[in-house]
Amino acid sequence: MTSQTTSPSPVTSAPPSLSPDRPVKASAGMWGAVRPHAGRLVLAGVAGVAAELCGLGLVAAAAWLIARAAQQPTMAALSLAIVAVRGFALAKGSLRYVERLAGHDVALRALAELRGRVFDALACASPDPQRHAASAVREGVRDGDALSRMVSDVDAVQDLLLRCLLPAVAAVACAVGGVTVVVLVLPASAVALAAGTVVAGVLLPLAVWPLGRRASERAAVARRQLAVRGLDVWEGAADLAVFGAAGRFADAAGRAARRLERAERACARLAGLVAAAGVAVQGATVVAVVWLGAGAGGGQVEVAVVALTALVTVEATLPLAGAVQRLREIAPACRRVDALLRTPPPVVPQDPLPLPTGPLPVELLGVRVAYPGGARDGGAGGMGGGVGVRVALDGVDVRVERGWRVAVVGASGAGKSTLLAVVAGLVAPSAGSVALAGHALERYAPGDVRAAVRGLAQDAHVFAGTVRANLLLARPGASEAELEAAARRARLLDVVRGLPQGWDTVVGEGGRGLSGGQRQRLLLARALLADPPVLVLDEPAEALDTATADALTRDLLTAPGGGTLLLVTHRLAALGAADQVLVVDGGRVVQRGRHDDLLRRPGPYRDLWEAERLASPAGSGPSCGA
Amino acid sequence: MTRAVVEVAGDGDGRGASQGQGQGETAGEGAAGGSGRGVERRLLGSLPRRVTVSLGVLAAAQGVLLVVAAGLLARAVAGLDAGPLPLLAVVVGARAGLVWVSARVAGDAAAAVKGDLRAALLARSSAVPVSVPVAGSGLGSGERVTLLTRGLDAVDPFFTGYVPQLLAAVVVPVVVLGRLVVADWASALVVAVTVPLVPVFGALVGMRTAALTGRQWGSLQRLGGHFRDVLAGLGTLRAYGRTGHQSRVVRAMADRHRRATVAALRVAFLSSLVLELVCALSVALVAVPVGLRLLGGDMALETGLLVLVLTPEVYLPLRALGARFHASAEGVAAAGSVFAVLDAPRAPSADRSGERKGAARFSRGAGERPPEIVLEDVTVHYPGAGRPALDGVSLRVGPGERVALTGPSGAGKSTLLLVLAGLVCPTGGRVLVDGVDLAGLVAEPGGAGLAEWRARLGWVPQRPHLFAASVADNIALGVPGATPPQIARAARAAAAEEFVQRLPDGYATVLGEGGAGLSAGQRQRVAIARAYLTGAPLMLLDEPTARLDLRSEQVLVRAAARLLEGRTALIVAHRPALLRVADRVVRLQDGRVAPGPEGAAVAVAAVTGETP
Repeated sequence: MTSQTTSPSPVTSAPPSLSPDRPVKASAGMWGAVRPHAGRLVLAGVAGVAAELCGLGLVAAAAWLIARAAQQPTMAALSLAIVAVRGFALAKGSLRYVERLAGHDVALRALAELRGRVFDALACASPDPQRHAASAVREGVRDGDALSRMVSDVDAVQDLLLRCLLPAVAAVACAVGGVTVVVLVLPASAVALAAGTVVAGVLLPLAVWPLGRRASERAAVARRQLAVRGLDVWEGAADLAVFGAAGRFADAAGRAARRLERAERACARLAGLVAAAGVAVQGATVVAVVWLGAGAGGGQVEVAVVALTALVTVEATLPLAGAVQRLREIAPACRRVDALLRTPPPVVPQDPLPLPTGPLPVELLGVRVAYPGGARDGGAGGMGGGVGVRVALDGVDVRVERGWRVAVVGASGAGKSTLLAVVAGLVAPSAGSVALAGHALERYAPGDVRAAVRGLAQDAHVFAGTVRANLLLARPGASEAELEAAARRARLLDVVRGLPQGWDTVVGEGGRGLSGGQRQRLLLARALLADPPVLVLDEPAEALDTATADALTRDLLTAPGGGTLLLVTHRLAALGAADQVLVVDGGRVVQRGRHDDLLRRPGPYRDLWEAERLASPAGSGPSCGA
Repeated sequence: MTRAVVEVAGDGDGRGASQGQGQGETAGEGAAGGSGRGVERRLLGSLPRRVTVSLGVLAAAQGVLLVVAAGLLARAVAGLDAGPLPLLAVVVGARAGLVWVSARVAGDAAAAVKGDLRAALLARSSAVPVSVPVAGSGLGSGERVTLLTRGLDAVDPFFTGYVPQLLAAVVVPVVVLGRLVVADWASALVVAVTVPLVPVFGALVGMRTAALTGRQWGSLQRLGGHFRDVLAGLGTLRAYGRTGHQSRVVRAMADRHRRATVAALRVAFLSSLVLELVCALSVALVAVPVGLRLLGGDMALETGLLVLVLTPEVYLPLRALGARFHASAEGVAAAGSVFAVLDAPRAPSADRSGERKGAARFSRGAGERPPEIVLEDVTVHYPGAGRPALDGVSLRVGPGERVALTGPSGAGKSTLLLVLAGLVCPTGGRVLVDGVDLAGLVAEPGGAGLAEWRARLGWVPQRPHLFAASVADNIALGVPGATPPQIARAARAAAAEEFVQRLPDGYATVLGEGGAGLSAGQRQRVAIARAYLTGAPLMLLDEPTARLDLRSEQVLVRAAARLLEGRTALIVAHRPALLRVADRVVRLQDGRVAPGPEGAAVAVAAVTGETP
């Protein structure tokens, strides 16, 4: 990460930000990404096959040459063979070079295409949390291991082509070629060679398949356990050290590591067995070929040719076992990617309505959201709807007028964040409807909705790139003044000025190098810069001290211009400026109204207010706002 | 004549190897490519001598069997004689056996070395939070986990492919050359002269390749990492309607990655092409006179065949060595990352010797007198940081006194707690606990002093880690022998009992990775129960209410008040509710104690009234 020009920042110059979602093509699946490059793949395959056949031809011609020379014919009788040997030798090396280069090129092309497709599939998949295991990815993969897996799953396409498909094609071609040579030269030996290639290329891989699967499954389980233990030891290092439990957990991790070591030993032994079997099959085939050939009355030339041809042919089929083993290893990855790509894209309305510009009204009618599983705090998250279902929102009716500034308060887990996600179209309600500017969300193109309703999720991502690029993501082409204005409102400007390279300071993956508070301000500045028709903010002031947080909240609620605002907060002090306050509890809106009106009648909001006032020292409690 | 029998026996190696190299470059993780040689030497050094010797002997035996088999085959073919065939079958069987044993030895050695590296990696846990800018603290936990599992698996080809090939390259050419000398000294002479060309050319080409790919490594890494970054931020991209744009960028970046990789491979593969041609040329140098002598009747067919079968076998192990090495490049890179973690300067302490034992100097238990803490001019300067995190802080906390620490982020509050927990060593000044210098305890050999000290600590961090274990075990982290009633009492005191009982298996519920399934407030309550159960006389709380809403905060503050009763405590806090638990508020700014009036009410007012 050094210069801005080469930095893979998500922001480049300035294409329109309201770009539509790219639909997933019908030819989904992993092969769909390979198909556009089929021509190059065939080229690589042909080069590989030709290289193998040249190797075969080289050996056969050379053996013929030597054996024939020993019979002392005229030099002229050998000249054709001499030319053939030279030609094969040169061609083999060059063809191998072409194959390697073309193979890697096509594999990386397929990878590029697949990355694009996987990204598209994840980006425009229906954000329904219940439907797909990859839903975690949809909202941006927070879990590092799931993220790594997704990335390496996609990388598996390289292995599929380079270590499975191309070697297998070359091996089969060489086996067919070798047997053909022997049939032509000394038919009696052909049976032995055919049998040898079948054993080496078919039976051996088949025999290894179940054994290998058991061994690698054991290793995979051990690997997962070790990963969990490793995470405990590293992430919990401080807790373990202070509580004197480091030794115990290190021992548990060590045991997990030893289990993995044992599983890996078993895998290695199996690989050794396969290698040894390959050598045995190769030798046995040559012995049988010579035996049969000599027995059938073949001459020195014929026997020499078939013996050496057999040696090379069986050798060439041995990589099939390795290809099969590799295929088994990457098969789960391929299946996962395939399933992801085959997930049908969400239904897009036939004639999407155009979204009006300017601040938009938002309406929720009887909205219910239920997630599977998870026991939650009875007091905070509403349990209901049967075993294993957590209801995040239940029967929520909300009407937010055009340009209103609405605050959402409530306990953690009450459903505030889910409410925002529903409005943003990121979570589909299991019942009820969400309307934007008077029409249901489904009537609009999903991309339009996302462009219109934007904001700050608590766990938004800071991309590897400059601070400037991270802000410009929200509004490509924003002027310096607009940048500074957004940064000032978000209290980011001082942070930026304190950074070594100011706006051009590169923040690493996951925003490393920024403190929690700095990171949050950056995310808020980004949200403010976007200035969408509907802005949703989730606890934007959480990491700030209370005075600054209240000032910021008041600023957000009173600033002139801008769109409709939905703001989740846990501080009530500045909410006097809100057009409406929604109190959410247990997935329902239990109270709504203006701050002052809510304070006048007993209820949860006044309770929260009292608590906040009691928690503050006398004389410096929150004022009643505007 | 003959480029002839050029590599009669097999060429299979180049293929897998080149692809391995592609892998190394495209999927390569971790360390920079430059330091490969040192890493390689270190990996080799980690093999026990016994293994190296066994592999060498096995390689030599395989070489001998190869020579014998070639002789038998030449005799059978030249004489059209089935006589040597049964013996040939036996030799082949023996060779297969050797291959098996050799693979097993190498595989076991690989597993053992990986096991050692894993153990070392696990032992390098750092208790200093990632947010603290310790230079060389290296990879995040997620990256380390990847390294620990999949990353180290890439080391296999080094031990199962490269090392045996290295030994074969040393031993087999000698054995085969010996047989050639006996069969036909003239050919042997040519071979002996040309063989050194292979390593020489290999080194020349290799150096050029290394320089080229080394230059490209960084950009390859970066281009390859883009996809990961974008996936991680997918939710954000979607929220800003940038997915359509990114869809193109993802493809474009992957395409740039491809072009850069293929450019590197074009050179890398050229090297194996050059080596292949060098070998072909050398074999031709041997083959031409042999062919002429056969034609002239000066040589028996059996000898000619033997020479031509064996000659490529001299070059093959040397040529395959480079390919094998490339195949293990990814593993060497992974090992390099591991070594980098292992070599990083150790953050002070967080050693595994901190096991709690019967304390000698300080007695344990609820009845113990709360200690007095005195900081004298304590300074902490993290390596690589511009200014000290703590700059001459002096502070006295009386026995049973509860002091709140406030101040803007980066003021050094958390560092102060880390110092007291023995997780960070002060670079200046000293900490006295009831008059005993903490540095002396920390420095005590075997960590006994530190363990004793920590046995007197309770700790509630801002984001406590919940372990992949039952709730009960998580609460009993510091007191593994705690009885269920004791655990339940601690949970009750921390206001955690109600939600724990609601969990599917109550206290036996196993928490997921990082304690998933519990809300932030619930995690904090487990952490408070954890601290409560230890009964330690000194409590360190680091903003335990930072992420909580008011109600959760109220519950937690009440629990914290119960926890702190009759104990000395340092509490990092911003929020008024928690500040009220303290007797006194100390404000830190830029690593120093900010001057100002002391006393809870005044200080709290000052804190909540502050504006930046």
